[in-house]
Amino acid sequence: MVVEADKADTAQLFKLLSSVCDPEIPVLTLQDLGVLRDISISGDEIEVTITPTYSGCPAVEVMQEDIKTALADAGYQHVTVQQSLSPAWTTDWMSDAGREKLRAYGIAPPARQAGQQTERTNIKCPQCTSGDVKRISEFGSTACKALYQCQDCREPFDYFKCI
Amino acid sequence: MLINELPNGDFAFSLARQFLVDVYDMGFFTELAQSKDPMLAAIAAKAVKESRYHLRRSEDWIKRLGDGTRESHDRVQKAFKDLWGYLPEMFDVSDDEQQLVDAGVAVDRSALEENWTASVHAVMREATLEIPDDGWSISGGRDGMHTEHLGFLLAEMQVLQRNYPGQQW
Repeated sequence: MVVEADKADTAQLFKLLSSVCDPEIPVLTLQDLGVLRDISISGDEIEVTITPTYSGCPAVEVMQEDIKTALADAGYQHVTVQQSLSPAWTTDWMSDAGREKLRAYGIAPPARQAGQQTERTNIKCPQCTSGDVKRISEFGSTACKALYQCQDCREPFDYFKCI
Repeated sequence: MLINELPNGDFAFSLARQFLVDVYDMGFFTELAQSKDPMLAAIAAKAVKESRYHLRRSEDWIKRLGDGTRESHDRVQKAFKDLWGYLPEMFDVSDDEQQLVDAGVAVDRSALEENWTASVHAVMREATLEIPDDGWSISGGRDGMHTEHLGFLLAEMQVLQRNYPGQQW
């Protein structure tokens, strides 16, 4: 099936891409993360703009391929994915739905207002919601996460750091 | 810069180097974010945020090692002594670079030294470490004069393309 891009509208394309997940945190979609910034249609060309979460993020190429695949599966052939570096991605762009999914997945979501010094006081255990937590390591299973342990239920957990 | 070519080794050495470079990166990328080159400015604005939490980690470790056991203190003290001569290169601006500074593209790195020194000294003092004396120094990375370690780094980074030219994955 080949669909003419000029018959599509961007809302429809955003909906199509709502199934594309982050390769490293598969419970989150690119929209949850705020990575998917823009979709523009020009003639039969579709241009998708993403802002990578971290420089050197190994998942960026996979994200680009997944976006192209999702649109190709829906019949859109002429798709380019471009990266926009400015403004830089921030954890503040993560949606409320995304934060809730992270928590349910066992990762404490990033505190709001990246760059503020209140970060360390706002971390709650994703298992029992206790605020009595201890940092084990500033860098956890990936560079974007820190490893914490809950002092109440004793569960270790990842915290998605503010950036 | 030559300090970035030095291999990781003793944990105290690896972290001391990381810390010294992280403090530098914070100052450098903050300034580079003002560059007239939009691509450099965009990359720098991103890098400064990442440098901030790299620094959070290395700073914590310097305090923990310096104000830790006698063994950890001695090792990290020795690491700073061994690294001290690599530091002047951070703030040494070459003639070619000065032209880019004048054009508003590059950062005047010599202007970063004062804040860098204040930050590094404050953490080292808190970590009960002595500030080594300025003595020997070495530079040359920007003039193509490298340490012997660069050869090993390049060999490792280039091995795939040397063996399988044009390879992609």
